[in-house]
This record gives sequence, C-alpha cells and structure tokens, in this order.
Amino acid sequence: MFSFELFINALVAGLLLGGFYAAFSLGLSLSFGLLDVVNIAHPAFIIFGSYLTFYVNENFGVDPILAGLLFAVPFYFLGVAVYRIYYNVFEKTGAESLRGLVFFFGIFFLIEVLLIITFGVDYRLVRAPYIGKTFHIGSLGVAWRLFVPFLVGTALTIGLYQFLSKTFFGKAVMGVAQDSLAVRLMGADPIRIKTIAFGIGIATATLAGSLLIIIGPVEPAIGREYIGRVFAITVLGGLGSMSGVFLAALIIGVAESFTASFIGPSWALAVSFGILLICLAVRPAGLFGR
Amino acid sequence: MQKIRMASRVWMVALLAVWMVVSFGAPAAHAAKPLKIGFSMALTGGLAAAGKAALLAMQIWAEDVNKKGGLLGRKVELVYYDDQTKPANVPGIYAKMLDVDKVDFVVSGYGTNLIVPALPIVMERNMVFMTLFGLAANAKFKYPNYFQIMPSGPSPKTDWSRGFFEIAKKQSPKPRTIALLSADAEFARNAVAGARANAKKYGLKIVYDKTYPPGTPDFTPVVRAIKAANPDMVYIGSYPPGSVGITKAVREVGLNAKMFGGGMVGLQFTAIQMNLGPMLNNIVNYHFWVPEKTLNFPGVNAFLKKYQAKAPGAKLDPLGYYLPPFAYAYVQILGQAIEATKGFDQQKIADYIRKNTHSTVVGKVKFGKNGEWANSRALMVQFQGITKSGDINQFNKAGVMPVLYPDSVKSGKIQYPFK
Repeated sequence: MFSFELFINALVAGLLLGGFYAAFSLGLSLSFGLLDVVNIAHPAFIIFGSYLTFYVNENFGVDPILAGLLFAVPFYFLGVAVYRIYYNVFEKTGAESLRGLVFFFGIFFLIEVLLIITFGVDYRLVRAPYIGKTFHIGSLGVAWRLFVPFLVGTALTIGLYQFLSKTFFGKAVMGVAQDSLAVRLMGADPIRIKTIAFGIGIATATLAGSLLIIIGPVEPAIGREYIGRVFAITVLGGLGSMSGVFLAALIIGVAESFTASFIGPSWALAVSFGILLICLAVRPAGLFGR
Repeated sequence: MQKIRMASRVWMVALLAVWMVVSFGAPAAHAAKPLKIGFSMALTGGLAAAGKAALLAMQIWAEDVNKKGGLLGRKVELVYYDDQTKPANVPGIYAKMLDVDKVDFVVSGYGTNLIVPALPIVMERNMVFMTLFGLAANAKFKYPNYFQIMPSGPSPKTDWSRGFFEIAKKQSPKPRTIALLSADAEFARNAVAGARANAKKYGLKIVYDKTYPPGTPDFTPVVRAIKAANPDMVYIGSYPPGSVGITKAVREVGLNAKMFGGGMVGLQFTAIQMNLGPMLNNIVNYHFWVPEKTLNFPGVNAFLKKYQAKAPGAKLDPLGYYLPPFAYAYVQILGQAIEATKGFDQQKIADYIRKNTHSTVVGKVKFGKNGEWANSRALMVQFQGITKSGDINQFNKAGVMPVLYPDSVKSGKIQYPFK
C-alpha cells in the first residue's frame, strides 16, 4: 500500500490541513494563552462566522474569504463587548476561574440556539470557484478547497506574529501576558489592552469560520467537535505562541493525514492526542512555551 | 297573574335547557377529550434537521386527521419533547409522557440511537410502538408490537445495501473488488457490516475496510488510500458532513472505481444536493422516495405540497423527499389501525397492524415478524444529468434520481462505470 505518491500527497494534505487548524486555533491562543481567558466559546464564534459567510455567499454571491474579512470588523467589536462583560462581572471580582468558564459555556450554547432559530438546523455550505477543483504538480494533487484555507491560515499567523512582536501595542499585549501589574505600574491600562486583544482574537474567528465552511458543511452544533482539537493545538504549541500554534497545527495536520492514509482514519485523533501527551510529558510548556 | 305564570314557565324552560346542556353536554365534552400521541424528537443536535422535518410531517398528519373529525371522534394532540439527539434523554421523556402527560399512544423519535432507549419502557407497558427509521433496533429486543416504517426489509442490515450489489453483479465488466468506509457511529457501522456480509455473499474481495471518526474535516488522504487499493466498487456508510467531504475529495483526487456510493446519509438533502450539483453525477446511493412515476403513491404528492408550503418558513429541507413521507406514514398507520379496530386497545391495534397491509403515502406497507417491512424496498438511485449547482428545480422532477433497484419500482438505467 505504501508508495511515494501516496506519501507525498499525504504530507502535503497534512500541511494544508494544518494551515486550516492554525487559523482555527490562533484566536484561542491569543485569549487563552496570552490573556488567560478560557474562552471555551471560541469554536461557537467560528461557527457563527461560518453562518454569516454562508448568508452573504448565498444571498449576494460574496466570496467566502472576502466575507470573513468583512465580518472581522463587527466581530472585533463583539469580542470587545464580550470581554467587557466578562471583566466587569467575573474578572474584576476574582470569580473568573469557574464562573467565567460557565459564562463562556453559556455563550457557546446561546450562539448555538441563536443559529438554530435564525438559520434552522440544516447543513449549510458555500459556493466558490475554487471549491471542487484541483491543481497538479507531477503526481501531487492539491485541492484548492484546502490550499486557499492554508494560505489564509499562514497569512493570519504571520500577521499576528508580526503584530505581537513588532508593534508597540503587540508588545504591550505580551507585557500584559507576562506581568499585568508591571504594565499597570508603567502607566498603561492592562484591561484596555486585554479588551482590544480579545477583540482581535474573536475577529480571527470569523475568518476561521469562512475557512471551515469552504472545507465542509456546517450545522449549529458542529463547533463541539473542534473544542478538543483547538485546545490540544493551543497547548501543544505553547500558550500564547503564534509560531508555536502554527507548528503544532502543522504537526497535528500531518499526523492525522499520515494516520488516515497508512493506518486508518479512525486512529487519526488518537495519534494527535498521543503526540500531545508525549510532548507534555517531555516539554510541559508546549513546543514554544516559556 | 298570567304574566307571573308566563315568567315562571320561561324560567322553567331555561332551567331545563341548562340541565340538558349540562347533563348531555358533559359526555359530549368527555368524548372530545383529545387523543394524545407522545414521542421524543431530535429538534436540536446532530439529527435535528431530519427530526424537525419529521415533526412537521406528523403535524400535517394530525391536521389532516383533525379536519376529518379526529380518530373515533377524538381530536389528535401530539405531545412531544426535544431529545436533543441524546439517547440518555429518551427514557425520562417517555416515562414523563406516560406517567405525567398520560398520553394514549407513543411512537418513536427519529433514528436507531433514539429508538432503542425507549423500547424497554414501551415493552414494560406492552404498548404498540410505531418507529421511525431504526436500523435493526428491535434485533435484540424482539418485541412483537414493534413496527418500523423505514423500508429496509426483514434483514435490515443486509437488505439495506443489497441493491448496490444486485446492480453491480449485472454490470460488465463485473466488479470483483470492493472498498468499505464507514463513519465510526452506530448506523453507519451497521450499514457497512451489512455491506461486508453482502460483499462476501456476492464473491467480492474486500481490499479496504476502515472507519473514520466524526469531525474528520478532510477526506483527501482517505480517498487517496482507497484509490491506492484500486477497488472496483466503493461502498460508503457516512453522515452528512462526511458524505460531503468524501464526495468532494473523490472529485478532487479522482477514483478508478466503477461504482461509488451506497449508504451516504446527506446526499438525499436538498441543501447538500444543490451545493454539490454535478459532483453527484453517477453516484449510486440509497434513498427512500424520489419523484419518479413508479413511486407516485396515492396521497404522497398532496402531502408533499403541504409540506413544501410550510418547509421554507420552518427553515427545513424545502423538498422533503427523504424522511417526511415516512414520518407521515408511520402515524398514518397507527391512525388507520385505531379506526379499523374501533377502539384504543393496544394489543388489538398491534395485532391489526401486524396482520394487515396498509395503504399509505409511501405505498402499501406490510410488516414482517420482526416488525420490519416484510419485503425490502430500500431504493438504490443514481444521480444523473445534473448540470449546475444551486438550482433546486433540477431535483424536483423525474429522471434526475432514477430508481435502479428494486425492479418493482425501477425507473431508469445505470450509467456505468462511475466517472
């Protein structure tokens, strides 16, 4: 069954899938890894983004990626509003650990119910010229449906990495992640910084949502199937490390692809989580964690 | 004096009228007590799209019955709760409906996983139990008052996929090898277990036999692995996200197989059909009802007209060919049995359903010993001539999904090999 053609195609398919996983996990890494906000509702925001993408694609023929970019702005403000509520009700009073988790669970189910009421429970898909087409390089076949999400995921990673490491505000976010009190003593407002950073994290969700619906159909409850995977990638990459998340996403993508090709797809998730467990045993802070 | 007598007579007549209304009206009110039919239904969760469509069909049946005066003079009232597609919720719902809501009859929710948890409670009360789309759900219970409306036949596991193999054996060149892929879930595993048994029976060599977990986002590595095994046929048992992902991956990667499809759930849903469009061409897949002349049973088009008028408002499958006619039929049979036995005796009704053939919107239904259809009518249809995506009108006419099997309702010829 093993052949070089199968091997190289599995490798490339895994890398492409990894790029998509990265886009899926970056927002969570920002909120959970850097801001210490356990936003368990992140996959629900992504599905919300998928549905908005579906709506404008179905009714106005807007390209899914463009739709994702357009909705990033309102999603940013949505994220800002969610964080302000979370901060005032939970974080400020020191009740964020358990009650905060319940708060995000509540948002998760609220989004799900809103989607059911608004769009119904049917599966939704989008149409785009690149869906269902493949380009070939020798014996390598690359599906545009996966290549486009990979490109967007990679661009998003580079963008966020540059933003956090090169800009003044990005450095401030990293500062808050390291020592919030020190940032406050320097005269900056860590809550404002966290609010904006959380908003950016939610803004990435809409783009991830548009990538998800390009790859396959969505229904309101499908976000639940991704919770484990995105948290695994975030932890494997090292909390708060964008490059770590990207590398972890590629590793998980390639591991799933190789397992599906040579062992059987039912083992794919087990192998991914096995990698996570081994990594945590050897390097508890994750690949790029500090 | 005359006036006083007159007034007292008027009062007496009025009192007599009131007495008559109270004394004769009370039994009339008692007779009008609604007939409660209880069930759980997947209104949220993974099976909600089908569950909501089934509920609408059942509501249409209740409206139809009530317009004609109800069943034996009692208006039908549907009592239902959302089981959230979670089997764990089902026993509690049925216990509540029977003990608190005091329903007169129960029928099942949608799907094997949600029928099985209700069965022990129904068996304990010795009630008649009409069920909706369970695959071999009664195999272990062997409950005699169980009746299942999906036309999978007396041996549900193998009858489900038999058509796929019957079609294959008549083709030239005859397929000799097969690949099997199933979702790692109850229904799909049962469907592929049946296909595995059929593969052996029909002398096919199995060259690939794997399962995939729910939530698999990309199927291109799986399809490449199947392609590398070079099977003549590919039988898939999948749920909607997997069915879409596998279909897209097959079109992207390419497949040398001569027949592809089988038990792919989701390819019957209009939204998915509209999106996949020409990618569906040549796929041979199961179905239960399609708008072919051979399946034009009395009442089905009238029912679909009512369903299609309400479905867009309820955000449901706009055509509703797959499940709704059967959801209408399983309560239709219960209603017919109540009227035929002229009473509400559970055992008499069960005996009537078992012994008779029922005329329904899905055709003549006769149940066998295990409560499944006495003869299988699991259709194998092939998508043909789909030219574009996004056009619903392609799917609401004859010829787009001709029936290839069984011969009794066959309406078209296969396009072979798959390409």
